[in-house]
Parts: sequence; C-alpha cells; structure tokens
Amino acid sequence: MKSEIRDVDDVRIIELSGKITIGSGDVKLRELVDGSLEEGQNNILIDLAGVTAIDSSGIGEMVACYTTVTKRGGQLKLLRLSPKINDILHVTQLITVFDVLDNVQEGLAAFK
Amino acid sequence: MDSADGRTGRRRRRRRVRARSDPSHPTPIPADGPLHAHLVLSSRFENIEIAERALIDLCEDAGFSGDDSYWIVTALREATANAIRHGNKQDPEKTVIIDFRVHSGEVRIRVEDQGEGFDLDTVPDPTDPGYLLRPSGRGIFYMRQFMTRVEFSRAPGGGTVVEMTRRLGAETRSSINEE
Repeated sequence: MKSEIRDVDDVRIIELSGKITIGSGDVKLRELVDGSLEEGQNNILIDLAGVTAIDSSGIGEMVACYTTVTKRGGQLKLLRLSPKINDILHVTQLITVFDVLDNVQEGLAAFK
Repeated sequence: MDSADGRTGRRRRRRRVRARSDPSHPTPIPADGPLHAHLVLSSRFENIEIAERALIDLCEDAGFSGDDSYWIVTALREATANAIRHGNKQDPEKTVIIDFRVHSGEVRIRVEDQGEGFDLDTVPDPTDPGYLLRPSGRGIFYMRQFMTRVEFSRAPGGGTVVEMTRRLGAETRSSINEE
C-alpha cells in the first residue's frame, strides 16, 4: 500500500492506494492515523480512490482508527470509494458507521 | 474447460511443476479436473500473495469474469489469513495447505491449517449492532458473503479445514453479483 499525506486547513487528507490487507496495509493505516493524532490533526479524511482491495483486517483497522479518532474528539471520514470497496462496506454494514464523501470539496466541507 | 491452446497448456504445465505433493495431506482434492493447483505454504502473511497469484492465474485460465475472480480471491485471502493467524499462530514451522480446483463451472478451494481447531458457534455475527465496531472477527463473514458454500471441519491432525465453492454466475449471500 502507498500513501500520500496533505493538510488542507485543519483536515488531514490521507490518500491510499493499493491493498489494505493483513500484515502490511493494515499496519501502515494504523501508523498513518496514529501519526496524524500525534501531530494534533484530529480531523482525518481517508481517500480510498486508489485502493484495489481491503480485507477483513484492513476493514477492522479502519474501524479501530475510527474509534480511536472519535475518542480523541476528532472525526474520521472516507472519501471516494471504488465500487468494490463500496460493496464491502455495504455487506459489512459499516456503511452505516462511516461518513462517506464523493469528492474532496464535499469531504472538506463535511468537517465544518 | 480444457483447452488445446498452447499458452494455457504451458501455464498448466508450469503449475504442475510448482505444485508439490504432500504425503501428510489427509484428504486431497483429486486432481482429475483440468485446472488444479496444490500449494504448501509456511505461515507467513506475505505468502498470502503467492496463493493469490496462483489463484488469479487459474481463474484467468478458466476464463472467469473479473468480478468472479475478485471475490474468489478475497475469500481465499481470508481463509489463508485465518489459517496463518488463528490456526497456526504465525508459526513459520507450521504449514497451510491449499488446493484449488476448477470443474464444471465452479471453483473449489480447500485450506487446511495445523492448529488446534475452533468452535464455529463462538464466532459472533459481525453485523450485529453490538459487534459492528469490533476491529476483528469478519474473516468468516467475508468468506460466506462471497462464496456460494463454505464448510468447516476438523483435519485428522486437529487443525481446521475450510472448503469453499463458488459457482460461476450464481448468487451469493451478498447482493454483489446481482449488480
């Protein structure tokens, strides 16, 4: 999994690409979110447009990150789901947990 | 399913070379179908990629659609990850034995670990509101969503065997294939 980070106003945008899967992508995701919180960036927008696969460990880590950020008083939202990632969020019913936005503009506005 | 195509034939021969017989394997899927692979992997997460590549190759040979292949591979990854993490406790000395077989428009996958087994009844439904925010426990759910049939049993040595089938074009428990 590859990642790119940028900050827009008080929102940290984490762009992910590749696989969020057990033993690598899931660990990296946790490190990226923990790093953001340590830097005081509690509003996190995870851009999944380039993500090709997310296994149950990746989904689990996403949920764990959501819980951690929420407990810190921040917000974690998802941006630009591919059709297959969208399918997975629906079957796991996690689509009811995450706020999902279609583009960066909407994503940034959702934190205001 | 069989083909006189030279490329497919070469691929099939390569797979046979890669495949390794395992005399300790108690109930191997018979290799009577035209597309069959047998893998013996040490319990490392990076080896999931090897299983994935082998299955993708087989699915391409069989002419599966991209969607079918994607969800079959997703289920394979879950079964293999469970075998490595929960079954073999990531002990690299223990192996995960995987069989793929394509026959009559369906794919069968068998994954066996060398762990101590588990009680399926203790695995909660991860979509239950009380469990929705749990960070783990979705692997079996994934398998059941994306495959037509999923069955668990105990290997003679005590480990877990999961056998999964997906019929091509068949509806699974998820609505994904209806789209």
